This record gives sequence, C-alpha cells and structure tokens, in this order.
Amino acid sequence: MPSASPTAPPAPAPQAPATGASRRRPRRLGPGDRLFLAVVIGVPLLALLVFVWLPALASMGLSFTSWDGIYLSDIHWVGLDNYHQILTNYPPFWPAVRHNVIWLLFTALLPTPFGIFLAYQLDRKLRFTRVYQTAIFLPMVLSLAVVGLIWEIIYNPDTGLLDGILNAAAPGHHVDWLGDPDLNLWAVLVASAWRHTGYIMILYLAGLKGVDPALKEAAALDGANGRQTFLKVVFPALKPVNVIILVVTVMESLRAFDVVYVLGGGVGSKPGMELLSLLITDNIIGESSHIGYGSALAVVLLLVSLAAIGTFLVQNFRKEDR
Amino acid sequence: MTLQSRTVLTAPQPSRRTVVGGLFGLGAAALAAPLLTACGGGAAADPKTVTFGSNGADATPKSAYAAVTKAFAKESGLTVKTNTVDHDSFQKSISSYLQGTPDDVFTWFAGYRMQYFAKKGLATPLDDVWEKIGGGFSEATKQLSQGEDGKFYFVPLYNYPWGVFYRKSLFQERGYTVPRTWSEFTALAKRMKKDGLSPIASGYGGGDAWSILGAFDYLNLRANGYEFHMSLMRGEVSWTDKRAATTLDLWREISPYYQQGAGGRSWQDAAQSLLDKKSGMAVIGLFLGQQVSDEALRADIDFFPFPEIDPANGQDAVEAPTDGFMLSRRPKNEKGAKKLLEFLGSAKAEGLYMGVDPSNVAVHAQADTGSYNPLQKKSAELIASAKHITQFADRDSDPGFISTVVLPGLTQWLGHPDDGAALLKRIESQRSRFFTS
Amino acid sequence: MTTTATAPVSPARPRDEPPYGGAVSKPPRQTGRHLMLATIALLWLLPLLWAVYTSLRPYADTSKHGYLSWPRGISLQNYTDAWNQSGMPHFFWNSVLITVPSVLGTLLFSAAVAFFVSRFDFRWNIALLMLFTAGNLLPAQVLITPLYRLYLLVPLPAWMSDSLLLYNSTWGIIAIHIAYQCGFCTFVLSNYMKTIPGEISEAALVDGAQVWRQFFQIILPLCRPAFAALATLESIWIYNDFFWPLALIETGDKRPITSALANLQGQYFTNPNLIAAGALMTAVPTLLVYFALQRQFISGLTIGSGKG
Repeated sequence: MPSASPTAPPAPAPQAPATGASRRRPRRLGPGDRLFLAVVIGVPLLALLVFVWLPALASMGLSFTSWDGIYLSDIHWVGLDNYHQILTNYPPFWPAVRHNVIWLLFTALLPTPFGIFLAYQLDRKLRFTRVYQTAIFLPMVLSLAVVGLIWEIIYNPDTGLLDGILNAAAPGHHVDWLGDPDLNLWAVLVASAWRHTGYIMILYLAGLKGVDPALKEAAALDGANGRQTFLKVVFPALKPVNVIILVVTVMESLRAFDVVYVLGGGVGSKPGMELLSLLITDNIIGESSHIGYGSALAVVLLLVSLAAIGTFLVQNFRKEDR
Repeated sequence: MTLQSRTVLTAPQPSRRTVVGGLFGLGAAALAAPLLTACGGGAAADPKTVTFGSNGADATPKSAYAAVTKAFAKESGLTVKTNTVDHDSFQKSISSYLQGTPDDVFTWFAGYRMQYFAKKGLATPLDDVWEKIGGGFSEATKQLSQGEDGKFYFVPLYNYPWGVFYRKSLFQERGYTVPRTWSEFTALAKRMKKDGLSPIASGYGGGDAWSILGAFDYLNLRANGYEFHMSLMRGEVSWTDKRAATTLDLWREISPYYQQGAGGRSWQDAAQSLLDKKSGMAVIGLFLGQQVSDEALRADIDFFPFPEIDPANGQDAVEAPTDGFMLSRRPKNEKGAKKLLEFLGSAKAEGLYMGVDPSNVAVHAQADTGSYNPLQKKSAELIASAKHITQFADRDSDPGFISTVVLPGLTQWLGHPDDGAALLKRIESQRSRFFTS
Repeated sequence: MTTTATAPVSPARPRDEPPYGGAVSKPPRQTGRHLMLATIALLWLLPLLWAVYTSLRPYADTSKHGYLSWPRGISLQNYTDAWNQSGMPHFFWNSVLITVPSVLGTLLFSAAVAFFVSRFDFRWNIALLMLFTAGNLLPAQVLITPLYRLYLLVPLPAWMSDSLLLYNSTWGIIAIHIAYQCGFCTFVLSNYMKTIPGEISEAALVDGAQVWRQFFQIILPLCRPAFAALATLESIWIYNDFFWPLALIETGDKRPITSALANLQGQYFTNPNLIAAGALMTAVPTLLVYFALQRQFISGLTIGSGKG
C-alpha cells in the first residue's frame, strides 16, 4: 500500500510564474488554453472525487448505520451506536490502539533515526555507496509476499532460522516468535523496521542531496566534526524534509497493515497483533461483514490520521500562501 | 537558487532518456492490450455455456473438477467455463462475489454458511434438481442441503471426517492402545509425554488458527451433546453457559500435552511432526493425507474417533465437513446450470472426483467405493455410523463470529489456559452483534 | 540565502560526480565507515539470502534435515515447478496490464494537476493540492465498500470488459490506482515544477506558445527525473498491491501476480521451498524497474529541499 509524501515543500518560488505572467502580460490565456487547463484539472479532479472522496464520505455516512453489506434496504440508522460499542464493548479495540501507539513510538525511535543516520553516512563521496543503498533499500522493493515469506521462514518455530540457531546454541530452547502474544508484535516490528529503514534512508538521502554541498563544506572548514556538522548545520537546514519524514513515519504507523496482515497468515487480526487497520478489515472483508461497524472503526482511524496529516498540510501549505 | 537550476538544467544523460522513453513505449503497448484481450468476451447469456466458479486452485482438486466438468460437457453437449480462484481469496470475497456477477454454479460449504447466503437471497433454490437426485442421498445429507426455509440450496460432493490420527507403527513400537474414553485418552497422552513425545501435535500459527476448532467441537459435542453444541454455534445460548466452561476445563486438562510453540507453527508442520513420530496423535481431518506422497507411509496412518467423555453422548457425533455446490441468484443459464448440478449430484460425478482426489469420501449412496484406500473406507464407515453429523465450527456458525471473535480468543487462551471465564465473557460480549434474531 | 553566503567557499559542483572524481580532501576513517556500512548492508540482505537459499533446496531435503543444514543438492527445480504450477506467466501479464497503465495514468494525471497548481495562480490551488494530497492518505479500507457498490453500478462496453461493469474488470483496478495514487505524485511533481524557473514558461508565453505546448514540450521533459523516481515508487506499490483486487475482481484469471502465489499456497499442503521460489520470481519485475531507474531515483526526489 502506498505511503506518504517524500518531497520537501519548497520555499516560495521567487519568480512565481503566474504572477510574473500577469504582470508582464505577454499574452492572455486564449479560449483554447482555458479549455486545455479545464480538462487538465477537471479529469483528475473528477477521478479523485468519484473514486476516492465519494467512497470516503459514503463510509463516513455508513458508520452511523448497521448493515451487512448486501441489500441497500437493509441499512439501518443507528446513530452513534457503533462508536459507543467500539469504545466500550469491543475487546480488541483498545489493544489495537495500544499497538498502534507502540508501533509509532518504535518506528519513530529506531528505524527512522537509523535511516537518517545511514543517509547521512551515504551522502558523501564513497565507493560502493550505491551498493549499500541498494542493499538497504531492497526490502522496500520486494513484494509483500516475499517479505511475508522471508520472515515466516526466519521465525518458524520448528524450521526457522532464528530458532534453528537458538537450538544449536542452547538445545531445547524454543521461542514462539509469531505465536506468543507478548512477543509477536515485536517480531513483526523488526520486519517492519527492516523495510522502513531503507525507505527513510532514501527519502532523506534525496533531501540531503538537495543541501548545497557548499554548506556542508563550510561547516567542515570551520572545524566542526561530522556529528556537529550534521546536527548544527545539515539537520536544521533540512527542516522541510524532517517534517515529511515525520509525517511518513506517523502515517505508516497509523495505517500499518501489510506486514502484520501477511505475517498473521492473511486472516485478520491475531492476538497480540491487533491493529486498527486489521480490525477494519475483520469487519468489512469476509463472509459476514459488519459494514457500519467497520466503517466506524475506519472513521476513527481516519480522524486520527487527519489530525496528523492536517497539521502537516496546514503547516506546509500555509507557507506557500504567504 | 543555484541548487534548483542545477537540478533542472543538468542535461539529461542519454541513458536516462532511453530508459524513460522505453518505459513509455512499453506503457503504450500495455494500454492497448486490454482492448485487444477484452474482445471476444461478453458471453453473457450463451445457452450452450455454463459458468462454474471453483475454489479448487490446488493441483489435485483442480484436475479433479476438470475431470468432472469434462465428463459433463461430453454427456450434455454444453460447455463449462470454469473460473478458478484460490481457496482463501474465494472465501474472503464470497460476499462481493455473490452480489456481483457470479458464475452460475459455485463451490461452497454445507451448514450455516450455506444457509446464510440462502437466507440473504443470494442463491437459487434447487428443489427441482433434488427431485431428480434425491434418491441417492441419506436423510442426514438431505437436511444438510436445505436452507432454513426448508428448500434445497446445495448439492453435496464429498465430505471428510475429523478424528484423532496416529501412526500404527508408533503405537505398535511403544505398545500404545487406541483409547476409547476420556480417561484412557489422557492417560495415553501422559504416557506419551513421559516417553519424550509431543502427545498432541498442534500448530495454529499464521492462517491456521482454524485447526484448533476440531478439538473444541469434539470436546463440546462429547461433553455437552449435539443439541447444545449446535445452539452454541448458532448463537442461541450464552457462551457464559456453564457447559461451555466445562468444555474449556476439559481442554485445559489436555493442554499440557499439546506440542510446544504451537502458536507460531503451521498445522502442516504439526502434521509433519506426527509423520516423523515426534508427536503421538493429532486431532485433524482426513485431508492430512494430502501431505503424504509415500504410499508406505500412508498405509501406516490410521485414526480413531475422538474419545467418549459423557456416556450419555458416547461417540455419536462425527465432524464431517461437506463440500459441494450452489446455484447463484440470477444464473445466466439456469437450465444448463441445473443440468450441471444434476450431474454433480450423481454417483458418477462423485466417482470421477474421488478418482483424482482420494483424501475425501463420496456422499452419494451409490458412489463406487471399490477404489477406496483403507483410510477412506474407515472414514465412510465412521460417517455412516454417526447419529449426528456436524460441519465444523466455522461452517456451523457465523464464520465472521468464529474468525474474528472465537478464534482469537481461543488461541490466546490456549497459550495460557485459565478457567476461561474472562474468555467466555469476552466472546459473549460480541455474540449479539453477529446473531440478531 | 545560504547560497550567497557560502558561494565563495566552494563553487557549485555537478551532483552526479563519479566517486573520487574530484575529491579534494579525503575524509578520514573511511575504512571504518565501509566496515560499518558493509556490515549493515549484509545484515539487511541476510533475510533475503536465506530465502534464496531455501528456494534452491528440494523439499525432501529440508523436511528431512531441517532448513539449517548443509544442502544435499541445490537446483532450480523449485523455480521451474513454481513457474509451471502457478500459471505465473499469465498472472505476470495481468500485473503488467494493471501496473503499467496505472503508473502512466497516475504520472500523467498528477503532472497535469501539478502543472495547473504550480504554474498558474488560481485561487483554489492550495485547496486543490490539499484535496489531492489528503486523498492519498486515506486508509484504503475506508474506501472499499462504497467503491465496490459504485463499481457494480458503472457499466462498461463489452469491448472493454466482459463483465460489462467496472466491477471485475482491469479498468476498475487501474482507475482506483490512478485516483488513489494521484495525490502523492501531484504533491511531488508540484514541488518539482515550482523549481522550474518561471522565465522558461514566460518566454514561451511571450513567444505565443499555447499552454498545451508549454505543458507537453517544455514542462514534461524537464520533469523527467521526477518521473523516473515516481515511476519506481509507484511501480513497486501498484505491482505489489493485493488489496483492491480482493474485492473488486472476481474472475481468478484476471487477478494479479499475488494470486499466482496464492495458488501455490495449497489449501491444506504447502511447500515453503516452492513458495520461496515463486515469491522471489514475483519480485523480479520491481527489482528490474528499480535497477533501471536507480540513477534517477534519488535525484528525482531531490527537489527544492534543504533551504529551510
């Protein structure tokens, strides 16, 4: 599933083209131009509204109903009942929230800084830098099926790599990585971090390439060592990228789905690995769906996400608005 | 600004241009492709064609279904267009499938699962088909094929029993005897553990959580009887009922004999440990045989019915999930589809299927059992002797209730079994959401 | 800005310099860095290598001796089996039919929107940009039910889909991919286009060039690095997606490559070595795309950042 945005919002372009154009009036937009622009914006906008926003709004509406997903006439308005049930009488809900928070903290504290660290290490004239980059980014390129399979054959309690090594070192020891509800979330987080690190690394590397090398060299000439250069000069200069990394991390953590789904056997939430996205799937996909209930869960996730994205979008675009 | 201009104004290297250009070229080709492939489709209402949606994507069932449909085509002159979707996806998308543009005939399961879609009007009644094929099926099978409204909606193909599987040679070597009662069973498990075996093979990791339900069903059936089990499955009694707690108590009694690390193991690895004589027994279905390619090994596998717990119930119930076919709600070719269903409900079709896939047992009374292997023969006898036949928890109950409430609860509980009060309360709290009467 | 301040210290150098090409001062402790990076890279590759090792071994060997053992016979048998048993070529082609139009459509649509919002000063630009960007951030599960209903209502001519509906047609999958992914690409591309100096389009306008020529002949070619980067990311995402087809495609033969793997994953019996081989094969196309576009990948994402 896709992820959030990597690029930095640029500072306002000093030669904003349109203002320039209107000032100097080289040629007014003709009817052909206007038609072209209307099509250019109209078609994608229509697609977006019809395929994305319309269903999203419909889901919000459905979250106030009870529906098995079959006949439209069976949709019954239940008001806030679904939300009430979810908050008070849905055993996996609070564990899922907790797991999402753990996911967020873990991702923000380990793979994200590590990815930034790697990007900084690789952003220099270094032999094999591309080899390193590829190796670390590779988990992102692999399909989810491969990722699921890889970790399955690592964590397998009988034939897996980890328990095999463990068993060779201390016979009789047996860790149920994916089965133990106290452990499996962490096992999955390792798999997730394995992918996330490369993603962050690439995004940050892109950001770092945008930092004028002169800036770094100036700092180096001033006698700052690598860490100081990074912390005092480069990191602050990359504020826009930092914001994006933060948003990506938050979004990926809130929406975390794929890796857990695959490592959970593709059957929905498992004890110890409940996540909001999986609870939604539990209720929406499958033989006996509870569309209203699932939609209400989705709206909860949506609200949390929007709170996270909202701050970002407002911060990002307000600058341009100046 | 230097920075920006540089990014943009750097002359693109030729390699870059060719790569991107090539990509666009490939894209143009691919954009055109669906147009070409789409032509010639649209066989919407061809009276000569019956469409058949199959969940048998594995090599064995796939060729077995192919053998059956081929024979039908030859006999009737109709063409069968088979749409095969892997078992998991088929199940997950069944609801949207049936409401969309489903195939005329589709594979499905007997029990609550069939009745649910019949009740929702997503299947066509088959009473006229049953008038022709009814003679070949037992009373129990007929009941199994009816919806709540008493109409027929289902044509069975085969079933397979669940039991306690073991290796004969292991029992011989160690001098074990087949247990008949609960105390004999637990004593045997204890002895196996002392002998260094995992008494009960177990693996319910990943997508295999369903495999524990066999034990649950049997415990409940043996301890509390068929009627209670079915009421519990249909959401008619509370899960906090004392009898449900009894079932968990019994389960907790044997949980120390379960294979370690089961929560992360696939059932297949668990079965492998049985075949490797590392585990003593396994509560599993006849499909265990699909894992065995060595005929000598297959001959060494045997099973016994789940032991008796309450003499009042004895071993009268057998869990034997039945697979078969249904007719979608607005079949494009109803006449042809019903002809196909009549054929599928014949002894001949069952014989053809079982000829390719020997890990099941035919349900038709006149089906040829001459080619059965000993396991199949024993299975058929067991099912024939049963007073009650159950389908399996996720077929006798709302599958969503089982997969999103009961299974997560039970698997978590099995990791650290306690008296189960919290678990049952948790399950009960969700019951009304799935069973509104 | 910073550029002015630092310009005297070092004149700007072209970015894509070969390693050591113009190294003035070699930083110290390079060996240590290599050691560290090589270790990390190896650690990151290890899981993948383990899968490759597994895929090369016959099931009979591993089921007897365990996976953590020396191989008794390495072969590509699993690969040929997986290729033949799963009908992989067919599903590969399905995935191409979905992925390529989706990626191109996404890039075209988002380039258009980005062009609009970044090169012209209309009042609703920021709102538009936010609408697009936020659309991509909605969880996919939120959309699926109404989308399914919608797809059942939209008819398609027979030459487009034998289902006669948007439902159960490749077009439906392409449509939702484009609509859903557009936001992300619009965001990246609009940032990219803003870095294209305004003089370029002004000059074009002065020359009397029509807007569409400006778009196709000036702006789009200049965005090539960003296209390369986005094409890589989007190909990976769209190719690997398994969610939309689950509810929106009902014909097994129309499903994408992820289905081929599901077909290998037997209902009751699974051979992990075979699955490993199959899974690794499905990863090849995205790897190829990544390697083909790798050079542009980072520079394409490098847009106007770092001027905080």
